[in-house]
Amino acid sequence: MEKIKLYSRFERFWHWTQMALVILLTITGFEIHGNYTIFGFEAAVRLHNASAITFILLGIMTIFWLIVTGQYKNFVPTREKFSEQLKFYTSGIFRGEPHPTKKSFGNKLNPVQRITYLGLLIMIFPVQTLTGVLYMFYHYPQNPIDAGGLWIAAVLHTLGAFIMVAFVIVHMYMITTGHRINTNLKAMITGYEEEPAEEHKTENQTA
Amino acid sequence: MNTLLQKLTSFLVVLVLPALVVFATVHFGNRRGTPDEISYQNRADMDKKVDHSEFEILQQNFERPQDLTAACLSCHNKRDDELMSSAHWKWERESNLPNDRGTVSIGKKNLINNYCASAQGNNGSCMRCHIGYGWNDDTFDFNDPTNLDCLVCHDNTDTYKKRKGGAGMPSTAENASAEFPVPDYNFIAANVGKPLKENCGFCHFHGGGGNNVKHGDLEEAMLNCDRYVDVHMAKAGQDMSCNDCHLTERHNITGRAYSVSSENTNRAYCETCHTSKPHNDKVIDMHNHKVACQTCHIPVYAKVNPTVMYWDWSAAGRRDENGNPITEYDVDHKYSYLSIKGRFVWDKDVKPEYFWFNGTADHYLYGDTISEIPVQINTLMGEYRDPDSKIWPVKVHRGKQAYDTETREIANVKVFAEKKGEGAFWEDLRWDTAIQLGMESAGRYYSGNFDFVSTEMYWPLNHQVSPKEHTLKCADCHTRSNEGRLANLAGFYLPGRDYAKGVDYTGFAIIILSLIGVITHALMRIFARKH
Repeated sequence: MEKIKLYSRFERFWHWTQMALVILLTITGFEIHGNYTIFGFEAAVRLHNASAITFILLGIMTIFWLIVTGQYKNFVPTREKFSEQLKFYTSGIFRGEPHPTKKSFGNKLNPVQRITYLGLLIMIFPVQTLTGVLYMFYHYPQNPIDAGGLWIAAVLHTLGAFIMVAFVIVHMYMITTGHRINTNLKAMITGYEEEPAEEHKTENQTA
Repeated sequence: MNTLLQKLTSFLVVLVLPALVVFATVHFGNRRGTPDEISYQNRADMDKKVDHSEFEILQQNFERPQDLTAACLSCHNKRDDELMSSAHWKWERESNLPNDRGTVSIGKKNLINNYCASAQGNNGSCMRCHIGYGWNDDTFDFNDPTNLDCLVCHDNTDTYKKRKGGAGMPSTAENASAEFPVPDYNFIAANVGKPLKENCGFCHFHGGGGNNVKHGDLEEAMLNCDRYVDVHMAKAGQDMSCNDCHLTERHNITGRAYSVSSENTNRAYCETCHTSKPHNDKVIDMHNHKVACQTCHIPVYAKVNPTVMYWDWSAAGRRDENGNPITEYDVDHKYSYLSIKGRFVWDKDVKPEYFWFNGTADHYLYGDTISEIPVQINTLMGEYRDPDSKIWPVKVHRGKQAYDTETREIANVKVFAEKKGEGAFWEDLRWDTAIQLGMESAGRYYSGNFDFVSTEMYWPLNHQVSPKEHTLKCADCHTRSNEGRLANLAGFYLPGRDYAKGVDYTGFAIIILSLIGVITHALMRIFARKH
């Protein structure tokens, strides 16, 4: 067994805090949207607003961290091995073939993950943040420019929320596609991924 | 040792710190601000009153009330100028109408309503609430200051009650009754002061022919009510008077009734005392951009006595088999049918209807022809996109009233006369003469053909403010329920109520497809592993 450091302390803190905030934002958000009642509308709004602000603060911290550590490079998309990775998910994984991408601290995401997370970071999060801030502070049609009210912000924000939920579903499943069913989860907790020694690799792939 | 430290670190960064952040977020986020306390001294308690009993001029034997007015003005000179330019005296004012309808001089004097149709033509009864003595007809002298009635507003004895049908003249020795005796002018003059609720209420509680008939949020019960009924006027509370909010300078009284007003000026505002950010809570305070204070703080009106919601004149005029007028009562013992007035629907603890309102209103004017039905007698202006508009709670008074089918104009009706045979509807129950005489009194043409048309009047609510425990809650408006207070107020996105169907369907489809995708993938992995 070979232990590879993948996630620093900050990254793990970032990930799990963000997870908790996304859950809170989703539950309260769909309550505000009128889908069900859990907290009551007022509490749902207050919790949603508060977790949004924490989410933004965490985002600022994370952007700073990504830049100063150079870890942002993990999210730069690449064509290299992209189709191999796609092929792995669509066929290789069923045949017990090895992961095409080898992970390391400087290269912790495979090409499919890179483009997915980049999409999350530069599309979904900014759109949710921007429309969310509009939603919070720009309630009225002329304040200061005329956007005709909340419709556009609200509808985009809702759409982003649906995509976010879909992401979480797929993400939670993808956790199980490591070398073992719990390899990825363990890595996000301990920071280390346990890679099987080279000679055993093919045996344990499909778990 | 190394692994123990690592485990501890993991525990810290994976569980403890995220939990702390979430806890702090929930703890500090889910808090409502504490509203500001207002410290207020009622105007009535501010200064010591002049003792009018010491003035000799007020101790003379007043033959006529006009002589008392002359005595008042001998000290309070120039006040007559202020009063005689007021709407309380003129019953009209120059008003710039919305919709580019220009500037007209309108008021109670010459506007149509959907109660008794108009004051015009019914002077004896309606002008009882004019602040003058005897506006019986066009011969009334609006330039004679002694025609001003100082007492109706300034009597602090609660004994000055003007008789019915006297066009504002108090009882004289000839027509005095037990209910309306000749006023004791010396006693009243010795006890004048700033207007009390009783003074304003004498007219403003009884519009439309009885207590709370018209406004719904102004009635006798407010003279002695608890905080639930009116948080400002409650006897066991601040016990405020009308003029504590309707600030008055030189007889110019702030506040507007949009049954007769048109312009967004000289209004009385909650914000004067409470500021526009009274909640110390950003989310709630921000509502003030688009929601009037009244909307949340007057969740119901007519909290004590019922108010008239519907008045159908077309049913009036029925007689019983002996030819006598009929009176019928509803379960609350309010009249539901009167031969002289028609059919009524009263209601108590009424939920308001909600409108965008920017403080300006249009009015049905003589000469306007009916186009849309129901006819809007007064139209509250406003819409979501208008920066001056706010959501406002409104009493809507619906009715059916007479109109000329040929000219398609709403008719004046002479309902009141002192005696039978003069053509007034209340005495003779005949529409033809009543409309003919009503139209004549207004100088309008009448074809002789009439029918009844549905009309609506809109009364923005301002009074009977509830204590904070009884205000609307968020979900009263922010709900998909059809029972939501704003369920029918269209034209804007209201969180909790509105959503784009297409986006929601697409969103749920994306979620379901994701689930199907991952489940299929997982099953295929399990299947592949077994083989």
